[in-house]
Amino acid sequence: MKSLEDLKKIREDMQKQMNLRAGDENRTRVVVGMATCGIAAGARPVLTAFVDEVSRRNLQQVMVTQTGCVGICRLEPVVEVFEPGKEKVTYVKLTEEKVKKIVSEHLANGRVVDAYTIGAAE
Amino acid sequence: MKELALNILDIAQNSIAAGASQIAIAVRESMAADQLTISVKDNGCGMEPEFLAKVTDPFTTTRKTRKVGMGIPLLKMEAEMSGGGLRIESKKGKGTSLTACFKRSHMDRPPLGDVVGTLMVLIQGAPDLEFTYTKETDQSAFQFSTAQVRALLGGVSLSEPDVLVWIRGYVEEGELELL
Ligand SMILES: Nc1ncnc2c1ncn2[C@@H]1O[C@H](COP(=O)(O)OP(=O)(O)O)[C@@H](O)[C@H]1O
Ligand SMILES: [Mg+2]
Repeated sequence: MKSLEDLKKIREDMQKQMNLRAGDENRTRVVVGMATCGIAAGARPVLTAFVDEVSRRNLQQVMVTQTGCVGICRLEPVVEVFEPGKEKVTYVKLTEEKVKKIVSEHLANGRVVDAYTIGAAE
Repeated sequence: MKELALNILDIAQNSIAAGASQIAIAVRESMAADQLTISVKDNGCGMEPEFLAKVTDPFTTTRKTRKVGMGIPLLKMEAEMSGGGLRIESKKGKGTSLTACFKRSHMDRPPLGDVVGTLMVLIQGAPDLEFTYTKETDQSAFQFSTAQVRALLGGVSLSEPDVLVWIRGYVEEGELELL
């Protein structure tokens, strides 16, 4: 049962973690395209899968954010990953399963999943 | 769109784009009347009457620049194809209220889908706005509001993944208790 007590516990944990957390400019940013084209292609479950996995693995250094149309509608759902000091990685045609792999390989362990990148799709 | 929940997401994004600070989403399911109604209300910038008259018309909308306007005409078409219809009221400077109504048992009615997933995505993208979500049946109702959660979070953002996961669980459990 999800209770308001659980929410207070989350607040306390977050408040402790936020003091230790890196500034936003030093965190990894995962940007999900959420325009009509992305939504129609399945971007909503992709975004919620990132949120679920980041929460489950407690990846404090990762921020998940949304943007509009990235301009490559036929490859939606599209996600861009910006890591400080590294080149942008663009993942395309994502599914919930692919997201799990990207989180465990790339976000948690720093290994880009080449097979899902735009380079592999073209 | 494959599910009405995705139309709700698209329509509520219009409200966010319109600068709303409050967005109310409601889903009403009546077995007695064989009706499914979804509504999105906002206090955003609203529309002028002349623009409002055009916004539900696919022909007028498609003739404008290519980028403009499929979200509302699409939902209108889906509602009309399943024995229902769409109504929009809007006042410049006050806000907009959109209601789509479907015959619940109609063969062509799209499934409702994951409305809670839609809510999670909306809050994730606009954590400082106030959303309310109401789910109503003939017998009972469940309501969720971000204001209620915000008050307990003491400055922690509603876009924190742990908070969003909690919200999903909380709303799903509340809906399960409806009959
Ligand atoms: N809630 C709203 N408040 C103010 N203006 C709106 C609202 N919803 C729609 N509009 C106007 O109607 C236009 C068409 O909406 P829509 O059919 O969803 O297509 P799109 O969002 O792609 O433009 C929007 O671009 C906007 O100008
Ligand atoms: Mg729209």
